[in-house]
Amino acid sequence: MIIDFFKYIAKLIFIILIQLLVINNIELNTYINPYIYIIFILTLPVTMKPWLVVILSFFIGLLMDTFSSTPGLHMAASGFVGYFRSFYLSFACSKEDFEKQIAPSLAKKGFAWFTFYTLLLTLLHHTVLFYLEIYSLSEFFRTFFRILSSTLFSVLIIVISQLLFYRNKESR
Amino acid sequence: MRNLIFFFYKYYTFILFFTLELFSFVVLYQYNHYQRASFLNVTGGFASGFYETVNSTTNYFGLRNINDSLMAENARLRSQMLNAYYQNGFTQTSINDTLYKQQYEYISANVVNNSVGKRNNYITIDKGRLHGIKPDMGVISSNGIVGIVTSVSEHFSTIRSALNANTKISCMIQKNNAFGSLEWNGDNPKFSSLKYVNKHVPLSTNDEVVTSNFSMLFPQGLPVGKVYAHSIDAGDNFHAIKVELYTDFSTLKNVYVIRNIFKGEQEMLQNNLKGDH
Repeated sequence: MIIDFFKYIAKLIFIILIQLLVINNIELNTYINPYIYIIFILTLPVTMKPWLVVILSFFIGLLMDTFSSTPGLHMAASGFVGYFRSFYLSFACSKEDFEKQIAPSLAKKGFAWFTFYTLLLTLLHHTVLFYLEIYSLSEFFRTFFRILSSTLFSVLIIVISQLLFYRNKESR
Repeated sequence: MRNLIFFFYKYYTFILFFTLELFSFVVLYQYNHYQRASFLNVTGGFASGFYETVNSTTNYFGLRNINDSLMAENARLRSQMLNAYYQNGFTQTSINDTLYKQQYEYISANVVNNSVGKRNNYITIDKGRLHGIKPDMGVISSNGIVGIVTSVSEHFSTIRSALNANTKISCMIQKNNAFGSLEWNGDNPKFSSLKYVNKHVPLSTNDEVVTSNFSMLFPQGLPVGKVYAHSIDAGDNFHAIKVELYTDFSTLKNVYVIRNIFKGEQEMLQNNLKGDH
């Protein structure tokens, strides 16, 4: 239990560092702003209590806000992901998955399932994040386009990172 | 009562989610400076320290460009020095200057964190309250304007960059003093747009855009950029002006924070007017 706790903390720090030091510096275009830190929420075990997932997602949002001087913005967006994840998993996962207490990953659930799951929740996260950031409908379509392109990029990065870990696990 | 407890028990996840969501919305839209500043004061020192560590290692890569821009600035300042002018008179008397009183002071600072790709960009610098920086001060680079200070901790400050939806800077066309508001539309960090310039004002490309005399944050006439393209939409009373910014935000390293010594006085006078009507 304690080991698990430290494993999550290490993973959280690692993901935040990757987001801040690598992904945030990509800056290809103002339309491509990938946020991959929600992979932490996506890969929590399916049997984890929903309230704990909600608290953890608000916490990772708070960390992101701290480092990007946007009080409340990432917190609101990742909170939505944390809450709706449990909803989605309750009918997208079989009883067997819950009994085995798996953590959703590309290796366990397959490419199509995982990509769709990531796409859906990333889209939710980015929609909330980008519209809250601009906080007006005056740039509705421009923001919409920004959401779509950033989502595609985020999903791409998340899936590629999963492929890397997938190979590691197979070789063990 | 039992039902109420049962209700809370059944929906505690939703209630937790809702409360936290409400909390983040309150923090997010409290555009009251105090609230925002207090959040950033708690979290900002920690984050800025982290960014400074990262920055101190990555800083070396850009030294050549920084040197070049500082040399250029030195040359420009040297040419403005008194000994660069030919003296046209015989006598020189030193008097206590009562005609010119210093209004603006400049505090130099280094950028420790910056972004240009987001819709709302923020910059962190390594000078703070101890160095005399307060919220709502203007910030410039050696080429042009940079942004406005939003919150300050002991050793660091956060700047709302000109590349931010909430930053509006009062500017004017230099040749005819037609004023407008500089706002970024989020497309390209090299360009911004100047809004609310009346359509009867004659314009041409490459006209200089400078800060206006209405701004309390910037001295009048600081370079901002030049007109890149302009047009008038049918039925619109204003020009649509695309301004090419002089400041290159993606390589920003050294900035100057401007302290307006008379700002308090001017604000007090203008606040008196508000109660007048």
